[in-house]
Amino acid sequence: MIVDLLIAAWLIIGAFFLVVGSVGLLKLDSPMKRLHAPTKASTLGVGALLLASMINAFAYHDGSLHEVLIMAFLFVTAPISAHLIAKVNIHHEATDQPLPTPPNDDVWATQDRPADRSL
Amino acid sequence: MSRILPHPFLTLLLIVVWCLLINSLSLGTVVFGTIAGLLIPIATAAYWPHAPRIVRPFRLVFYFFVVVWEILKANMTVAMIVLFKPNREMKSSWVTVPLDLKTPEAITVLAGTITLTPGTVSADLSDDGYSLLVHALDAPHPDEVRDEIKTRFERRLKDIFE
Repeated sequence: MIVDLLIAAWLIIGAFFLVVGSVGLLKLDSPMKRLHAPTKASTLGVGALLLASMINAFAYHDGSLHEVLIMAFLFVTAPISAHLIAKVNIHHEATDQPLPTPPNDDVWATQDRPADRSL
Repeated sequence: MSRILPHPFLTLLLIVVWCLLINSLSLGTVVFGTIAGLLIPIATAAYWPHAPRIVRPFRLVFYFFVVVWEILKANMTVAMIVLFKPNREMKSSWVTVPLDLKTPEAITVLAGTITLTPGTVSADLSDDGYSLLVHALDAPHPDEVRDEIKTRFERRLKDIFE
C-alpha cells in the first residue's frame, strides 16, 4: 500500500515535469530559450519515472538496476545534444541577442571560421 | 601496469556497466565483464594518449550529490518561470564565465553540469579555452549567475581535477 503510493507519487512528479518541459517547448519564443525545455524534462522528469520503475521492480519483481544505467547514459548524452543545438543556433545567428565578446580571447570557438578557407 | 592496464578507471567502469546491463551479479558475468574491461582499453588505447587525472576521486561522489540537489532546486524555479512568466518579462541573456580550470576533463564536466542544471545551457567555449559561453533562461542579473557557477561548481571541480 505505502509502496504503491510511493510509486504513484514519483510517477506524478515525473509526469508533471515532462508536461512542464513540453509546455516550455510550445510557449518559449526564441530558439535559445526553447533549448532550456528539453534539458529540464530529461533530468528530473525522466529521473522520477525511472525511480518509480526501480521501486516497482524491487517491491514486486526480482529487482532491476537497468534504470541506473539509463540515467547515467542520459546524463552523459543530454548536454552534448544541447551543446550541438546551441552551436547550430550560433552558426545560423538565430540568437535573439548578440554574443558578448570573450574576455581573454578574440572569438568563440563556433565563430572561428576563416572566410578564405576553401572547401 | 601501463601496458596491461592503460586505464584502470575505464576497466572498472566497463565491468560495472557490463554487470548492470546483464542485471545480475554471477561469477560468469563478472568474468566476462573483466575480459571486456581488459580488452577494450587495450584496443582503444591509441585514441586515449593521456589518461584523465582525478586528484581526489572521493570528492567526485560528493560533487554528484551537490549537482543532484542543484538540479532539484533549479527545476522548481524554472518550472514556475515556464508556467507563469510571460515571454516578454523573461530576461534571457548570455553569461560569460571566465574559467580557472585548465584540464579538458574538468571543463567538460563543468559544461555538462551547467547544461543539466535547468535554466542555464552552456553554448560555446572561447577560442583558446579561457571562458565559457552560457545562455540563461531568466537572469535579470547575469553577474549573479556567473558567480553562482564559479562558487558552486567550478571551485569544487578545481579541487577534484587539479
